[in-house]
Amino acid sequence: MIELDRISRGFQVGDQLVQALREVSLTINAGEFVSIMGPSGSGKSTLLNLLGLLDRPNSGTYRLDGADVTGLDDAAAATVRREKIGFVFQFFHLVPRLTAAGNVALPLLLAGMAPSERKAKVARLLADVGLSARTEHLPSQLSGGQLQRVAIARAMSMNPALLLADEPTGNLDRATGREVLALLEDLNRRGTTLILVTHDQEIGARAKRHIAMEDGRVVGDTHPSPAGGGEMP
Amino acid sequence: MTLADTVSLAWGSLAHQPRRTLLIALAMSIGVGAVVVLTALGEGARRYVLEQFASLGTHLLIVLPGRAETTGASPGVLSGQTTRDLTLADADAVTRLRGVARAAPLNVGVAQVSRGGLSREAVLLGSTADMLEIRHMRLGQGRYLPAGPSDQATPVCVLGESIRAELFGAGNALGEWVRIGDRRFRVVGILATQGQQMGFNTDETVAIPVAAAQQLFNTESLFRILVEARGRAAVPAVKESVLALLKARHDGEADVTVITQDAVLATFDRILTALTLAVAGIAAISLGVAGVLIMNVMLVSVAQRRSEIGLLKALGAPAASVRRLFLAEAGLIAVLGAVGGLILGLAASFVLGRLYPALPIAPPLWAMAAAVATALVAAMLFAWLPARRAAKLDAALALARR
Repeated sequence: MIELDRISRGFQVGDQLVQALREVSLTINAGEFVSIMGPSGSGKSTLLNLLGLLDRPNSGTYRLDGADVTGLDDAAAATVRREKIGFVFQFFHLVPRLTAAGNVALPLLLAGMAPSERKAKVARLLADVGLSARTEHLPSQLSGGQLQRVAIARAMSMNPALLLADEPTGNLDRATGREVLALLEDLNRRGTTLILVTHDQEIGARAKRHIAMEDGRVVGDTHPSPAGGGEMP
Repeated sequence: MTLADTVSLAWGSLAHQPRRTLLIALAMSIGVGAVVVLTALGEGARRYVLEQFASLGTHLLIVLPGRAETTGASPGVLSGQTTRDLTLADADAVTRLRGVARAAPLNVGVAQVSRGGLSREAVLLGSTADMLEIRHMRLGQGRYLPAGPSDQATPVCVLGESIRAELFGAGNALGEWVRIGDRRFRVVGILATQGQQMGFNTDETVAIPVAAAQQLFNTESLFRILVEARGRAAVPAVKESVLALLKARHDGEADVTVITQDAVLATFDRILTALTLAVAGIAAISLGVAGVLIMNVMLVSVAQRRSEIGLLKALGAPAASVRRLFLAEAGLIAVLGAVGGLILGLAASFVLGRLYPALPIAPPLWAMAAAVATALVAAMLFAWLPARRAAKLDAALALARR
C-alpha cells in the first residue's frame, strides 16, 4: 500500500540544513498495524507528515496504492488526504466552536456530502466510538478520552484506508489511553492500515510491526508477533 | 465544499465572536450609511432645484441684456462691454412674436414699504399683468396688476402675504394705501402664501407696474424679460425669433442672451449631480477604512486559528477552500454591515426629511447599490491578503503546535 523509496527531507534552520529524514525506504502493506518509535528529533513526525501528504520530500518517491503521490499539487494532495487518509493528533485538534457532531461532519462537509446524508453518517460514526449521548456537546464539555474518540470518529468519517495517529495517547492518562488504543486496534482489525507514532513503549509494543528511528534513519524494523515472522532487513 | 456549507461554517466562526463581528460590521455600516445619507441630501438638493425650475414652467425663456458665450452665468455682470439696455418697447415687441403665449418685463429692486408708522424693506418686482401666469403665482385676495399698456405707471401694488401681515396685521389691506419709496400705491391684491420660489420668497415681495418701478428706480432699462412659449416644442423657435427681433431692434447687434429653462436646468442638474457624486466619494473613503479594519481583524483571526486551518487542510480542504472560507467571512461581515448601513442611512434620511420638509430627501437607488457594492468589494479586496495567508499556511507546522 505504501512504498517509500529513498525519501529525504531537510529543513533550513538559520544557516544550517537539518536533515530530518535520510533516504528512508519503507514498504507498508494494507491492513498493517505499525508503530514508529524513536527519540525526539529522530524524524518520526516528519515521516508521518510526509505519509499524510502534509509535507513533501526533497528527494525520493512516495507511492500510495500504487500511484506516485510525490509531486501532487495542493488540490490533488487534498483530494488524496480527504479520500484515503485519516489523522488523529496528540492535541485532538477539534474545532472548539463546533459540537462533537459538527467536528465529525467536517470531512464530509469538505467532501461536499449532502446535509441529510451527513447527519445519518455522523450519528453512526459517533455511535461506533460510543458517544451517541454526546453528539451535541462542545469540545469544552468533553473529557480527554471523549475528545480523542470524537477525533477518531472524524478521522474515520470518510472510511480512509490509512489512519495516521500522532501520539494519540500522549495527552491521556494510562487507562483512557488504553481505551483509545483499543478503539484504534479495533479499526485496524476491520481492515484500516494503522500507523502510530508514539513515545510510549507500552503503547508501541501493541503494534504488530515496530519501526525504530534515529537521526532520520530507520534503524529497526521488527515483527514481534508470531504471525509476522522475525526481523526484516 | 458546497457554497452553503462554506457560508454556514464562516457564519459559525463569526457568531463565535459576536462582539468583534458586530464592531467591524458597525464600521462598515457607518460607511454605507454615510454614503446613503449624503447622496440622499445631494439628491434632495438636486430635486429641490429641479422642482423649483419646473414650478416656473418649462416653457419659460428668460431674456437678459448682454451677450454671453455660456449659459447659466449672469452675462450682464461678467462681460464688461457696454450693451444696449432692454427696454419696455423691446418687451412689447417680444409679446407680439409668433409662438409667444405671453411675456412680461421685469425690474427688481429693494425699497422701503411703509404704512403709517410701520415700515419694512421688501423686494420690489416691477412687471405687468402677465407676470402672474408666467411665474405661476396665486392670488389670495383682490386682483393682480392691471392689464393695459406696459408704460402706464398706475399707482397700484400687490403685496406678498408676509408683507401684508406685517403692515396690516389682522386688518383689511385691500384698497388701502401704502408708501413705497417716495410714492403712494393702492393695494389691489394679496398673493397667496407660496413660499420660496427661485430664490425669491414671493411672500416677501411687492409687485407694482413696471413703469412705476422704472420711475421709482429712475431707470429706462429692464432687468429681464420673461417669455412663455406656446408649448415646450415652440421654445427653440421662440428663442431664435426673440434673438432675431432684438438684434434688429438693437441696430443689428446681438447683445442679449436668451436662457431657456432646459439649459439652466441641465446646468444645475450637472452641477448638483457632480456635487452629490463628490460627497458620495468622500463618504466612500470610510468604506476603505472599514476595509482596512477587516483586513486587520482577519489577519489576527488567521494567526489565532492556525491549528484550525491546518486541521481543515489535513482533513482534505484544498487551499482554495480555505481561501473561500475566509473570503466568505469577510463577505458576511460586509453584507451585515451593508444591511445595517442601509437601515442606518434610510433612518437618518427619514429623520432629515422630517427636519427639512422642503427638501425632497430620498437616497437614490444607484447610490444604495453603489454603497453596498463598494462595501462588498472593499471587504473582499482587503480580505484577500489574510485569506491567501490562511490558504498558504503550512498544515504540518500549524498542527505541530498546540
